[in-house]
Amino acid sequence: MTASSAPSTAPGFFDRLRAFYLRSDAAKGYVLLSPVMITMVILLAAPLILLVVYSFWTQVGLQVDTTFTTDRYNDVLGKQSYHDIFWRTIGTSSLVTLVTVGLAYPMAYYVAFGVKKYKFVWLILLTIPFWTSYLLRAFAWKVILGFNGVINSGLMTLGVIQEPLEFLLYNQTAVVITLAHAYAAFAILPIYVSLEKIDRTLLEAAADLGDGAWARFWRVTFPLSLPGVIGASLLIFVPTTGDYVTPQLVGGPTGQMIAYSIQVLFLKVGDWPLGAALALSSMAAVGILVMLFVTAMQLAVRQIR
Amino acid sequence: MTKPTRAAKRMGDPGGFLAIFALAYLLFLYVPVLFLPVFSFNDSIFVTFPLKGFTTKWYEQAFADQDMLRALTASLQVGAIASVTATILGLLGAKAVTRYRMPGQNVVTGLIMMPLFIPEIMLGIALLILVNTLFIPLGLFTITIGHIMLCTPFAMAVLTSRLDGFDKSLEEASMDLGESPWMTFWRVTFPLVAPGIISSMLLSFIVSFDEFLLSFFLQGQQPTLPVYIWSQLRFPNKLPGVLALGAVILIVSCILVVIAEWVRQIGTDERKVGVA
Repeated sequence: MTASSAPSTAPGFFDRLRAFYLRSDAAKGYVLLSPVMITMVILLAAPLILLVVYSFWTQVGLQVDTTFTTDRYNDVLGKQSYHDIFWRTIGTSSLVTLVTVGLAYPMAYYVAFGVKKYKFVWLILLTIPFWTSYLLRAFAWKVILGFNGVINSGLMTLGVIQEPLEFLLYNQTAVVITLAHAYAAFAILPIYVSLEKIDRTLLEAAADLGDGAWARFWRVTFPLSLPGVIGASLLIFVPTTGDYVTPQLVGGPTGQMIAYSIQVLFLKVGDWPLGAALALSSMAAVGILVMLFVTAMQLAVRQIR
Repeated sequence: MTKPTRAAKRMGDPGGFLAIFALAYLLFLYVPVLFLPVFSFNDSIFVTFPLKGFTTKWYEQAFADQDMLRALTASLQVGAIASVTATILGLLGAKAVTRYRMPGQNVVTGLIMMPLFIPEIMLGIALLILVNTLFIPLGLFTITIGHIMLCTPFAMAVLTSRLDGFDKSLEEASMDLGESPWMTFWRVTFPLVAPGIISSMLLSFIVSFDEFLLSFFLQGQQPTLPVYIWSQLRFPNKLPGVLALGAVILIVSCILVVIAEWVRQIGTDERKVGVA
């Protein structure tokens, strides 16, 4: 594709290349695409490949022994505490996904079917939190749920409770609440888009054929919106399995997630190969669970139809 | 698709109950965040009810902090470079994918969009390994390249959707009427694409400015603002200052988002039909 790779210096070669370039859409396209492509290869693909390579190496003191070994994966699989924190992470992320999608669906439905005017105002209102600092939103929940926080001090001032409620902060529930709030926009937008796309005449047809409102929803609207629901679930589930900030701020000892173990291995212990193996094996496991989930959802859709 | 009748348009219309739910949902989204500005004016070091009295001293304290100002400057620099670079890359890339058909195009777009679907901690450790392998010292430079990688998919998405609705025949008409390619770009293409560029730069800037985890892994001596805020969270006496700073950041980014979304819709008919 590039001139430098061609050995020929025969006259007319560059003219032919130029003619090819002018004729070929693909060549023109790739010339335009190459800056962003090269950037992402260097800053994304190469680092991820290096991460895989590192996971087959061994940390010896401050040096890395580059002999190929699968021992790091054995270390990860053989350590019970990693299994525990991994499954806790999966549990927390599943709960977050369920809560977030469950709350977002009616909201998206309302904007798609209920809002007649100023739809874009609703959409902007629902997207703003997505763009604002995630760190600060998680921090806000720490302030709210804290031992001396907004909820406890508020309820005590009102005389509803005498002692602060200790179950609010530093546990899994606090992590689920904070993440469900943080990822709301991820759920609403894909569901909204799939609802908005539904051909309204299909609903009319269902009504003409005698379906009531609920039957219409379950047999027409809901199955047609499932791509949005699945998309939203993935957009929440996958990133939250790697979340670091929220468990650190509000999770306490029982709310810790896998990202913490990875961070410790990289920035505190300094065992990068083990950290790489832990990160990659958890992501692979997450990937398998996601595929199972998507397959199950597709089978469920077939059942409904 | 046949044109829906009026009855069909009303189909699936939820009742008033869902409107109440929608309002409650908006409260759930916004009220927790509103506690930051509320307590940032509270004359007490503790974030507790009842409110003690009005003060602006936390703002004065926060903005007199030299470390905070240095971190703010660092974040502004990183954000400016990352958003401009990501937007240039995204503009060229968006032009390529909307105008030309290329073999393997989906693989490349998949790669560009990948950072949106991978947990950030993976991106952080992978980049840390990269800069370590290349012997690049950790610092604002490493943070900046991380942010460029993270902002590019956002820029690409915003600009692709902008260029997708772009009518190619307008450019051709301009060329047919005798304008040079350069003048065609300035007088036809640019005005049509400019809202997308502005929106992409603003949104990329916000993504970079708020980004914590990548910066946390790639930081050297000089932290960015979110990394600085993170380090302050350990000290209870710094809490009110963080509240004040957080309130300012939230309000400024809300304003920027509204501008970005508003600009993005200029010249499109999305306002009538919603984001398709």
